[in-house]
Amino acid sequence: MSIQLHAHARAFPIGATILQVEDVSLRFGGVKALTKISFDVREHEVRAIIGPNGAGKSSMLNVINGVYRPQEGTLSFRGSKLEGMTPRRAAHMGISRTFQNIALFKGMSVLDNIMAGRNLRMHASFLEVAFRLPRALREENENRDKVEEIIEFLEIEHIRKTPVGRLPYGLQKRVELGRALAAEPKILLLDEPMAGMNIEEKQDMCRFVLDVNDHYGTTVVLIEHDMGVVMDISDRVVVLDYGKKIGDGSPDEVRADQNVIDAYLGVAH
Amino acid sequence: MRDSQEPLDTFPKLLMHHARQRGERAAIREKKHGIWKTLTWMQLSEKVQAIAAALSESGLKRGGHLALLGDNRPRLYAAMCAAQWLGAVAVPLYEDAAASELVLPLFSAGVTHIFAEDQEQVDKILEILPQCPAVTTIVYDEDRGMRHYAQPQLISFAALREKGLDLLAARQGMLQDELAKGNGSDAAAMFFTSGTTGQAKGVVLTHDSLIDRARVAAELEGLNDTDVAVAYLPPAWIGQNIFSYAQPMVVGYCICCPESQETFLSDMREVGPTYFFAPPRVLEALLTQVSIRMEDAGRLKRALYERCMSLAGRVGARITSGEAVGLGDRMAYSLGNLAIYGPLRDVLGMSQVRVAYTAGEAVGPELLMFFRSIGINVKQLYGSTETSVFVCVQPNGQVKPDTVGPAVQGVELKFTANRELLVRSPGLFKEYHLNPEATRAAKDADGWFHTGDAGYLGEDGHLRIIDRVKDVGALADGTLFAPKLLENKLKFFPFVKEAVAFGDGRDRVCMFVNIDMAAVGNWADKKNIAYTGHSDLASRAEVHALIGDCVAKVNADLATDSTLSSSQIHRFLVLHKELDADDGELTRTRKVRRGFIGDRYQTLVAALYGSQPSVRVDAEVRYEDGRVAMVSADVKLCNAKTYPAAPLKAA
Repeated sequence: MSIQLHAHARAFPIGATILQVEDVSLRFGGVKALTKISFDVREHEVRAIIGPNGAGKSSMLNVINGVYRPQEGTLSFRGSKLEGMTPRRAAHMGISRTFQNIALFKGMSVLDNIMAGRNLRMHASFLEVAFRLPRALREENENRDKVEEIIEFLEIEHIRKTPVGRLPYGLQKRVELGRALAAEPKILLLDEPMAGMNIEEKQDMCRFVLDVNDHYGTTVVLIEHDMGVVMDISDRVVVLDYGKKIGDGSPDEVRADQNVIDAYLGVAH
Repeated sequence: MRDSQEPLDTFPKLLMHHARQRGERAAIREKKHGIWKTLTWMQLSEKVQAIAAALSESGLKRGGHLALLGDNRPRLYAAMCAAQWLGAVAVPLYEDAAASELVLPLFSAGVTHIFAEDQEQVDKILEILPQCPAVTTIVYDEDRGMRHYAQPQLISFAALREKGLDLLAARQGMLQDELAKGNGSDAAAMFFTSGTTGQAKGVVLTHDSLIDRARVAAELEGLNDTDVAVAYLPPAWIGQNIFSYAQPMVVGYCICCPESQETFLSDMREVGPTYFFAPPRVLEALLTQVSIRMEDAGRLKRALYERCMSLAGRVGARITSGEAVGLGDRMAYSLGNLAIYGPLRDVLGMSQVRVAYTAGEAVGPELLMFFRSIGINVKQLYGSTETSVFVCVQPNGQVKPDTVGPAVQGVELKFTANRELLVRSPGLFKEYHLNPEATRAAKDADGWFHTGDAGYLGEDGHLRIIDRVKDVGALADGTLFAPKLLENKLKFFPFVKEAVAFGDGRDRVCMFVNIDMAAVGNWADKKNIAYTGHSDLASRAEVHALIGDCVAKVNADLATDSTLSSSQIHRFLVLHKELDADDGELTRTRKVRRGFIGDRYQTLVAALYGSQPSVRVDAEVRYEDGRVAMVSADVKLCNAKTYPAAPLKAA
């Protein structure tokens, strides 16, 4: 991909650590999903989490998002330790996520789905909206403006009124990304955004992910299986295997790491 | 007031005239972020002056050239007018051109300033910048992705406008001088021809020729300042410039810029244009859309549609032309109007259309009649870049499927021995830029332009175009071989997107066919045929049978015409790859380059004229980013059903 053409200057240079995961362990009964995982995410970077199936990648994302509560370990956001993370708290803090299997409202239009992502920005009360009082109208206009910006950004103007259930898979994933962006997140968690896509769709999605990182400065943490994508677009990579961290560094470092190679290709016992 | 005496002989002067006469009326509308934003004539004139001031400051001089590389946007047209204000020449270029294709126009026209729409266009220009050292300024409109570009030539449109506004007060005098200095014989714009053969040439058109032709055509159709048009075709094409720039400047009507190519149809529905131009491929696409959606409709609707369309086929076109039709039919037609034709026009966005033109290449009669039969006044016109479009236009009430109409006011027509059409008109181009040889070859000493088209005038005074002179050929037995005619007949079927006919000097006609992915895909879905993509679908026996049916129908039609019955299609193949302008097989205006295609696919052509059932072919494909790859496929060659020629009718 010719993205390297203008890679010399980032609009948002990678900054200090924004998210710190320390010794996180997660168990489901006897199953150890994560064992003492520690890594950091720096501001404005694209961090990939990779690993064979069942390595605990989605669980890691769910921990960051507050869906799962780890039995041990801490999460720190911008230096301050977080206690009792819930999805609601995560959203308020500026963490948005997408889901591997798409969790859109299939009967609603693209516009409404992305608008739903603005939920936390809607402060007008039920009665204000019901009677269309000035504050509610103003807010609606602002929200609509922002949503339209996202629609233009993701090039989905032609389907803004289409019910999501009728869209092809690739476009649904884009709408899902749009909904996550609508909350204006500081950290975007993407759970296998390229799953089920052909090469062209993957290239498009990569472009959007990079554009989000470049244009809005959003820190991106993504789980991905396609090694090409990971090598091309991520700044740093964390490798998990059987719930343990076995690699952490730049894509090239990780690719050459013997432990990682063994985990993916298998080792003769 | 000086304006009453001064002739409005340039576009900037016309702009100021409208700013005074109808300053509060809408000049250009643009759909952005889902809503239509309006720019009035007054606002447009202010914008143009600001840009002109800034461009002058940045070195654009009289006689200079400003290139425009973008989609239809108010800012593009403002830049165009601003350049003309300073006496410079606007050079609109095709947005989808590859970087290497831009070198010739930019270099030969000595372009110093470029207006680029977005990062993609800027990247292309930066790639070829070393080969175009004259370029000093690149103005970009969309700032997405432009944040970390540090080249000194770059400036955003917004920033340019800001600079211009600051300079406006100080430069008023200079601007008024420049406006007054401009006169009709100045070059207004340069358009590069589509280049179906050889290198593209820069056609230089003056304000006079463009304004003259725009005015004549506007008067013919009674256009006024309440009309509305949609600007959706490439600005690099002369037709787009005439319909969305020259004519609005002359008449004062409003143009609307849709949000994107994909939303064009729904945007058009919102606008409800009264004046519309569609090249045949757009009309074909609209027809295909209707066909596909009708296939999805319920049984009752389909039955109603079929009945109404057969009625329309019988009498609709005559009603649209205002001819006398029986009372019973007329009443049935009005019912049809309520039930089908009206809603159909509405869905197509054409319910307000008073005048619709089509042109660009020979239009299939069935296509034209379809639209006329449902009450849309689509007419044909004929012209070219070198003639500022309007040479012949069909007047209302004289619309026939196989002609392009009588000559428009001011135009003279003449024919050579081998039927080549010569034109003399006030709308003729000034010259081919920096190419006096080609200019002399095209425009002779008496001012007659050699169009390169073969045609003849019928008894009704209407011009009939056969094909390009060099393409009109003959079969081995001497009978007429008019490839475009055959291709258009086949392309009328929604399943066929593109067709290429071979037969010059051969004993029979054979064809390449490109399937229309949308229509055939839809058909395949209904038949539960699974496929992975275009190549896969194109190789299916069922699809070959489908196309074979279409070819058979065309042959049946050809058999009824004595001149054409020997050009029935004997063998055909469905091409595994779509013909593409990026591969040089089509021009940027989607015209087929028969010679190039014949060369590139020699093996296929040879196989078609042989008797094998299939052949293996390898072809080079060029991706949009310039990379080249090989695509190979086994192509099946199909025999088509032909019909014996109909016996000549007794005199």
